[in-house]
Amino acid sequence: MTEALVTLWGELPLLVQLGFKFGAILLPLLGAVAYYTLAERKVIAYMHVRIGPNRVGPRGLLQPIADAVKLMFKEMIIPTHADRYLFLIAPVLALAPALGAWAVIPFTDTLVLADIDASLLYVLALTSMGVYGVVIAGWASNSKYAFLGAMRSAAQIVAYEIAMGFALVGVLMAAGSLNLREIVVAQSGGLHEWFFLPLFPLFAVYLISGVAETNRSPFDVAEGESEIVAGFHVDYSGMGFAVFFLAEYANMILISALTVIMFLGGWHAPLPMAPFTWVPGIVWFFGKLAAIAFLFLWFRATFPRYRYDQIMRLGWKVFIPVTLIWITVIGFAKVFTPIGHWFG
Amino acid sequence: MTFLEVVFYVFAAVLIASSLLVVTVRNPVRAALFLVLAFFSAACLWLTLEAEFLAITLVLVYVGAVMVLFLFVIMMLDIDIAQMRAGFANYLPLGSIVALVMAGELILVMLSGEFGATELPRPAGQAVGYSNTEALGRLVYTDYVFAFEVAAVILLVAIIAAISLTLRRRPETRYQAPEKQVRVRKEDRIRIIKMPRRPEEKS
Repeated sequence: MTEALVTLWGELPLLVQLGFKFGAILLPLLGAVAYYTLAERKVIAYMHVRIGPNRVGPRGLLQPIADAVKLMFKEMIIPTHADRYLFLIAPVLALAPALGAWAVIPFTDTLVLADIDASLLYVLALTSMGVYGVVIAGWASNSKYAFLGAMRSAAQIVAYEIAMGFALVGVLMAAGSLNLREIVVAQSGGLHEWFFLPLFPLFAVYLISGVAETNRSPFDVAEGESEIVAGFHVDYSGMGFAVFFLAEYANMILISALTVIMFLGGWHAPLPMAPFTWVPGIVWFFGKLAAIAFLFLWFRATFPRYRYDQIMRLGWKVFIPVTLIWITVIGFAKVFTPIGHWFG
Repeated sequence: MTFLEVVFYVFAAVLIASSLLVVTVRNPVRAALFLVLAFFSAACLWLTLEAEFLAITLVLVYVGAVMVLFLFVIMMLDIDIAQMRAGFANYLPLGSIVALVMAGELILVMLSGEFGATELPRPAGQAVGYSNTEALGRLVYTDYVFAFEVAAVILLVAIIAAISLTLRRRPETRYQAPEKQVRVRKEDRIRIIKMPRRPEEKS
């Protein structure tokens, strides 16, 4: 039976095979996004000593489905004098890069859709395009609150992208490769080989910049409910709003996956010995991913919103110098010190 | 037609159409977005030449950073389209002469026999393990390191020049000193006073 299925798979045309592979990545991803929203509401509720959604389905488990159905059937209102086409295309531009970047994510040593040579750069290029959705949405809405949100978001994303890019330069120096799979392979051998130890400053910068890149609390000035109502997506309703939400959560999961791949050893078990290696690699990967994703929710429940000028100061005057110094440290350590092998 | 040719013609068509729209569309924000599309299609064409590092860098630098800042500025402009079109008839003769000269030059270059599928054949594909990122890195940091450093210094000069042109010291602006804000202690700002629960307990 399985052999017949394997032969059948080989006989299928390439495009159909690709279609199945896309589906196998995107459908679980969208499901994960839906339940990530529920997890966020539940986690924050428990941190606030509340209960959270518990009415729809057993223990509130059907809440994301109810939300999705509600948003799908809501009318999508286009504001007066809005730029119609740009208004409608903006949510798509926000979501597409967040989904497209998953093409190169290695789940295990062999399970990767496109094992391309410069996959780290590919991810960086695609995530840098996510800002267009926000900027266009803010401009096309013809609303000053949306526009303010878009301006803040553009400045913030451009600032933190540089720090993020430099953090990744450190990773590729340590791994000696731009290929995400090889970056994980370079971290094999146990917990102490994972890059978060030798590259700890870059790990911290990357994680915090990731929170800022996805416009999450405490860096959520682009939405800033208390100042500019909801920022760039204030004029969106129905599916447009839902797609922005999907994009934000898909980006959070993506940043978590990238953090795991680049600093926390991807699919590797913490120690390469018996009880840990019984668990398959993909379980380790998703377990670490969930831990990082939980941090995003924890941050939101814990920290008050940063002031805008302090966000800019942190990005330009703290993170970028830290990454630049640590890149020099990595280069120096690799060439001149006896612990160079530890740096990759 | 092979699959690669189909891909090439699709992206080439998108590239030409979006480049035309950049100069013809009226709304400047839309023009900037068509320029983004043009960059993106050009990057896809480079990918068909197996130049993935250059293609991704084009997207990363021009689409991800330069055009975002461009859009940032354009969105803040308040452009009156009627006013911009007012002088159209005056500029038309000069503009058309410049356009004709440029088109003539391009046609001359194209007909010179230096271009075309026979003179510039598709580069041969590389082996599976070949990494053009690594090859480019080796070239840039060994053989062409001098030119690379000169380019970097020129960019640095441009940055410093732009900053010094726009930097003004304004005495009336009050700056915040974050290091002082961070160093503030609770004792500097609040004083805790013991209050009796009821007035009569005071004795």
